[in-house]
Amino acid sequence: MNNDGKTVKEMATFKRKRPLSAARLRSKGAWAAVYILMTLVVCFTMLPLVYLVSTAFKPLSELFVFPPQFFVRNPTLKNFSDLLLSMSSSAVPFSRYVFNSALVTAATVVGTIFVSTLGAYGMVKHNPPGSKLWFQIILAALMISPYVTQIPRYLIINSVGLINSYWALIIPSIATAYNFFLVKQFVEQIPNTLIEAARIDGCGEMRIYGQIIMPLLTPAWSTLMVFSFVNSWNDYFSPLIYLNDQALKTLPLALNTISGGSATIGRAGAVAAATLLMTLPTVILFMISQKRVMQTMVHSGIKG
Amino acid sequence: MKTKENFGAGAVRFIRKNWIGYAMQLPFAILFTVFVLAPAVIAIGLSFTDYNMFQPANFVGLKNYELMLVDDAVFWTAVKNTLIFAVIVGPVGYLMSFFVAWVLNQLKMRNAFALAFYAPSITSGVAMSSVWLYFFSSDQYGLINNLLISVGFIDDPILWTQNPKTILPVIIIISVWMSMGTGFLVFLAGLQNVDKTLYEAGAIDGVKNRFQELKYLTLPQMKPQLLFGAITAVTNAFGAFDVAVSVAGLPSPSYAGHTIVAHLYDYAFIRFQMGYASAVATVLFLVTFIVGRVVTRVLSESE
Repeated sequence: MNNDGKTVKEMATFKRKRPLSAARLRSKGAWAAVYILMTLVVCFTMLPLVYLVSTAFKPLSELFVFPPQFFVRNPTLKNFSDLLLSMSSSAVPFSRYVFNSALVTAATVVGTIFVSTLGAYGMVKHNPPGSKLWFQIILAALMISPYVTQIPRYLIINSVGLINSYWALIIPSIATAYNFFLVKQFVEQIPNTLIEAARIDGCGEMRIYGQIIMPLLTPAWSTLMVFSFVNSWNDYFSPLIYLNDQALKTLPLALNTISGGSATIGRAGAVAAATLLMTLPTVILFMISQKRVMQTMVHSGIKG
Repeated sequence: MKTKENFGAGAVRFIRKNWIGYAMQLPFAILFTVFVLAPAVIAIGLSFTDYNMFQPANFVGLKNYELMLVDDAVFWTAVKNTLIFAVIVGPVGYLMSFFVAWVLNQLKMRNAFALAFYAPSITSGVAMSSVWLYFFSSDQYGLINNLLISVGFIDDPILWTQNPKTILPVIIIISVWMSMGTGFLVFLAGLQNVDKTLYEAGAIDGVKNRFQELKYLTLPQMKPQLLFGAITAVTNAFGAFDVAVSVAGLPSPSYAGHTIVAHLYDYAFIRFQMGYASAVATVLFLVTFIVGRVVTRVLSESE
């Protein structure tokens, strides 16, 4: 944020060396071109999202009009009411899928924040022997594709009897190398003097963690919140293999059920509405936490 | 006797000093070991058995690997598709996300641009695939077909998601578009962290334009972020699955969209041949790990 000002100032010093004339005008033109180009790029990457929003409000007549329309002409909320109606008349109402997704996601987010921050704090600030080796193992595990571990994970979850329960979606996704790594890099920025001062004042270790470390780690755990929310909310693979009960299924699976493989004509509107509803929370959450996420990602590098 | 006592006292002192550090790391360590590390080791072990979920596993030596590498033509199709996918999506997504981050970082309203650029990649692959299917729909209702026909480029609609020739390109385009997110954020953050006084010093030392600035000043400072971005890019590139399956189905026509993970999924969770699927997983693990190592090595050495 503050860098904005610096960059502008820099640009100014950059330019002051040049004569105030055609050259300066030309560089102004170049910047305008860059802005226009980037706006175009961003518009292009946003295209499917814009289409998604526009389609969700299209009446049935516009969904199947030929030639196909990109933008909605007569926006309607009918798709959303259709979705709720058709889904509430079926065995499992749409609201149940929303509830399942929300519950699983919330539990995973809270779990991953607690376990990662506590672990990273213990590793960096208490640094018991072996921590270094342990961190190297976690770092190497960044390269294990989640699909590789999927089969034994299934067997482990099966053997403890968690198949077909919310727990099967929550517990295995709490501890991830990626999340731990991000928090660990951030904890290293916290000065030791702060913790020592608290200890001298007679603070217990858990109180130091809860009342001093956690507030300082706000950007870090906000970032985990976003990433783990996005992963868990969008996860398609885990519910597909761990859940049999339709009433336990989460939104990504529900979306597939509604669209019935290739989109059935009568439900195209409902599918568009459901897709939009499913996409909104992730985008809004990121928007709210964007600044904190950026503060965390600054420390995300690996010293090679 | 005396040494033993000392040892005992030392152990007590060691525990008293370190127990809290270990205790704090314990919850993460247990979950991580049970659900990440142990499964990785078990996967390698299972790949030498004929385990199928219903009967106890028998040790079969290298039979799974032999079957996979010699007789399973579909496996090789999957390898070929995954390699093509990884070679394009990995580097293209990586370079594009870096370039966009670099340009955006110099603009005002950087955060708004960043949000617009990042938003697509935090949307669910399944959700967005349905949008993409409208774009690439195989009849003339599909937006792209419609556009091409109205321009007069083609006469009949292209069967994007059914024609084996176009399936992989469609999957690749969608994946590049969706893969830019994480790398982009890491890079943008790294760029904001580059010491600004360096640029002033550089201007005095004769750095002439922004591209020279990028090459001599920015890139060397951003090495940690470049490494981290590369590792996530490699892991993602070799893990192609959900976009491929939701675009082309499983199995896809002539296996044109079949990836290694799709093959793994097919054997593990449709046919329940866990032993064989574990061999596929082990190969995937080795490939990802080796490529990851090589990329890290190359990046840490290049200046």
